[in-house]
Amino acid sequence: MSFGPFLLLAVLEGTVMAAVLALTAVGLSLVFGVMRVVNVAHGEFYMLGAVIAWFVTYYLPFPPALVWLAALIIAPLIVALIAALTDTLVLKRLNYDPEATIVATIGLLYMLQQAALTFYGPDARPVVAPFEWRIQLPWFGYSGYKLFVVVAAVVILAAVWLFMTRSKAGLVMRATQVDRDTAQAFGINVDRVYAGTFALGGALAAAAAVLIVPIQQAHYLMGHDPLLLSFIVVIIGGLGSIRGTLVAALVIGLSDGIISMFFSPTLAKIIATLLVALVLVFRPQGLFGAKA
Amino acid sequence: MLRVEGITAGYGPVTILRELSFHAQAGQVTCIMGRNGAGKSTLLKAIMGQVPVQSGQITLNGVPVHLLPAHKVPGQGIAYVPQGRRLFGPLTVAENIEVGLLTRNKGPRTRDFVLDLFPRLRERLDQVASTLSGGEQQMLAIARALCLEPSVLLLDEPSEGLQPSMIALIRDTVLRLRDTGLATVLVEQRVDTVLRMADRVAFMAHGRVEVDVPREGLTPESTLFQKFVGV
Repeated sequence: MSFGPFLLLAVLEGTVMAAVLALTAVGLSLVFGVMRVVNVAHGEFYMLGAVIAWFVTYYLPFPPALVWLAALIIAPLIVALIAALTDTLVLKRLNYDPEATIVATIGLLYMLQQAALTFYGPDARPVVAPFEWRIQLPWFGYSGYKLFVVVAAVVILAAVWLFMTRSKAGLVMRATQVDRDTAQAFGINVDRVYAGTFALGGALAAAAAVLIVPIQQAHYLMGHDPLLLSFIVVIIGGLGSIRGTLVAALVIGLSDGIISMFFSPTLAKIIATLLVALVLVFRPQGLFGAKA
Repeated sequence: MLRVEGITAGYGPVTILRELSFHAQAGQVTCIMGRNGAGKSTLLKAIMGQVPVQSGQITLNGVPVHLLPAHKVPGQGIAYVPQGRRLFGPLTVAENIEVGLLTRNKGPRTRDFVLDLFPRLRERLDQVASTLSGGEQQMLAIARALCLEPSVLLLDEPSEGLQPSMIALIRDTVLRLRDTGLATVLVEQRVDTVLRMADRVAFMAHGRVEVDVPREGLTPESTLFQKFVGV
């Protein structure tokens, strides 16, 4: 394949990666922005989404498209419930202390991972794509499902954006993000906002996993890479900035896709990590974050 | 009437308010004065449920509010304008007002009322709150609080850092609201402002209201100002 088509393929792969990464990282960014909690277990919410998707598609006796759609609804709901329970039973009791919640979510990471190992097993298992369809370009054929992943991620992200900027619940979340005490002085139940935010963050990670699992397979250790890349994206974009997270996800996703194709995935991760180091040195608040 | 009876309150092991008693009546402006650290702001936060009350009670028209979680207090009709305004800075003027309206499910009539009170805000509805001038920010902080249609308004040093014309505007607004029957509790350090606005003045020291007197009889030269505020 000549350079042009090869670059096009790399860009397509990068765009798929960027779309899923944006979805995962926006969840992490929302949780940090509103609650000031660094959720180290965010990657495990992603993994749970994929594992639940496998269970749903394996056990429900419906056609692939229908069970996959069921998984896209059921997995985020279950993960949101687990996240809300975690908030109420663990984070709230720690009074959302930044250091304590980091330790607690590290503990949660291992608990969820071991639970998945126990009930799901150590094997990577495939989830059937909802449809088989290839686009035939002049130079190569490309998976229609991968393009669908990009469209679906964009639709979900647009819904999140509309929710945050146009709905009353989004307004309440943004007000709480700015000033928790003043929000309470205006009748906002901060505990409920925090539980909802943590649930939404988990649900977004799970939705991202359901989208990607027909491409990648479900595995109990699959949460590591999304967690690392989400942190990279959130730090580069600016902690708590959704706009920054989206831009950084696009940059990291595309560069990861292109560098992985032309060189190696390891080099892509090294460059992304270097980029984080540069941002931390020269613009610690991130590209779109506010100065402390 | 807002009645604070013998409350002791503070942050963790640190006690700030000690068996403090105080009341605010409808249609009156009650000013609270005292030196830094006397507990003035802590008193307002205790009323709002933001500082735990260890003993004593706070009632509004006979209904205890000190047992309520902080987010339920404003629903009882107590609005709070904190020191430093504490606006939702990245949100627009319209969104800040919307947050105020959500508290007690108030609608367009209340919105129009507060925007009529501060017409300058109507011209800046889409402007981000943190980009307003200091005076406009204070207007917005008061407007946001008034969206609750409160029966009690707590104001913590609203004239702090403002130019005289803006202080006069806010003073006139508070007096207009008083005439509608609103009970206003005003923490203030400026003697001239207190003498123009107050119906009663409560002087605080060491976490207690030591003296609570009608404004009549107080002059800028009164020894109470010297004793409790140091001016």
